[in-house]
Amino acid sequence: MVGLIIKIIYAFISLSVATIWGLLLGGIAMKVVARAHGRFGPPVWQPILDIIKNNARRTSISHGIMYFLGPVFRMAGGMGTFLFIPFIFGSSVFGNFSFAGDLFLVMYFIFFGQLGMALGAGESGHPYSAIGVARGLSQMTAFELPFALSIISLVIQYGTLNITDIVAAQQGGILNWTLITNPLATIVALISLQGMNMHNPFSIVIAPQEIPIGPPTEYHSNFLGLLQTNRGLFNIAKLALFMNLYFGGATNLSIMILKTFLLYMITVIIGASFPRFRTEQSIRFFLGVPTILGILAVIIVAYL
Amino acid sequence: MDNKDIKTKPKLANDGLAEHEKALFCDARPQSYKPLGKYVEKFLNWARANSLWILGYGTGCGAIELRPLMTARFDMFRWGLAPRPTPRQAGVFVIGGYMSVKTLKRVIRSYEQMQGPKFVIGLGSCTINGGMYWDSYNTINRLDHYLPVDIYITGCMPRPEALIAGFNKLKELIKEGKIDGQNEYANNFDWYKANQKKIVKDWNMPDYNW
Repeated sequence: MVGLIIKIIYAFISLSVATIWGLLLGGIAMKVVARAHGRFGPPVWQPILDIIKNNARRTSISHGIMYFLGPVFRMAGGMGTFLFIPFIFGSSVFGNFSFAGDLFLVMYFIFFGQLGMALGAGESGHPYSAIGVARGLSQMTAFELPFALSIISLVIQYGTLNITDIVAAQQGGILNWTLITNPLATIVALISLQGMNMHNPFSIVIAPQEIPIGPPTEYHSNFLGLLQTNRGLFNIAKLALFMNLYFGGATNLSIMILKTFLLYMITVIIGASFPRFRTEQSIRFFLGVPTILGILAVIIVAYL
Repeated sequence: MDNKDIKTKPKLANDGLAEHEKALFCDARPQSYKPLGKYVEKFLNWARANSLWILGYGTGCGAIELRPLMTARFDMFRWGLAPRPTPRQAGVFVIGGYMSVKTLKRVIRSYEQMQGPKFVIGLGSCTINGGMYWDSYNTINRLDHYLPVDIYITGCMPRPEALIAGFNKLKELIKEGKIDGQNEYANNFDWYKANQKKIVKDWNMPDYNW
């Protein structure tokens, strides 16, 4: 019983640290984009202020049960993804939960939140929400394919579906990282990470100036507060997953911060440098070269 | 919003609506809200002041002055200001200059769809007394007869610097807890509605849209 309570407290600490770091990363991204525009940009803690402000709104209205559940599903997706990834390998506080098939569960949770959000945003009845949802789901299907191929390649390589085991296999120096032992799978996964993070050129879901902000158009007050909190958490969960699968994981807090920061900066710098794809361009992009590379990664690991 | 309160309060007739549409819209009056505890409200006001989301709706020619604010020269993001494409998420409504009768109708709807606490900035002289459109057949003269205005920025047109000064004044007032347009609107709801209906003749929308 005591062990369970301690585990819950640890999970809570781990979630809070990840959320705050994820939100600060979002702030840093805004700062980088602002510098690329020749501006100074908002302070890095601006996302946290926005969340406090949104949760402090006095009124909120609901468009129905599914509208209400959309942000809850999204948050559940973010928390589910995060809690089955070892945030810091070997740490009792940040180790989170682990079991034999958690890689599949995490892959499922990455998409679970988006599906819930699609239902919720659909009920809000705003046309931009519907367009955003259609774009989001089609892009998701497209980048899932190379990502899944990369994961299959990884699973064949390490012979396990447990993320903690995959991290454990990569310990002992940079030469053991998947980045070195299976570069093709890493490249494919990094390309699909750009799609997952939804910065430019893959920002077709929340496309500013186009379908103003897509699915969350009707979300406001504490609904939006929940979505924004999840944006921070989910962001860091994805980065932690990629850090664990391809870049040797992290054994302490500073290594985690450094690796997730650098991984995120790839997305941010690509985002600041390129304009947005159209929907069909984005989907064709993922189904083209990345998918072929993914198939190659699987073949090479399985037969060579 | 507590459902019990709605039942006890007088319902809106929603006169302008067709009979089959009445059930689709809100028939409850807006409510005024008491501030939370002293220190909690102070903290929340600080957060509100530092995260002002502007409704990006160019209501008049003054909206042209909002564009340079977003770009590199004036960069309003430094002060926590950001444009928002939907009234649901916005907290500050910038009325950009003259307010034509046709726009007033949309402005009322947008204002009521914003979630409180919400603030209104009247930009340019036309919002104060009509300015150069004082005797126009098509514009209103005093904005604060129709919406609770928190800050006026004078000029025709005010430069972006004046706008920044206005936003900073708004932030100061929010931090001090001195302005509360949402409660003002709710408390004087009948007066505002009567004024609005004097101007908008084809009132085919609900009396209050949340």
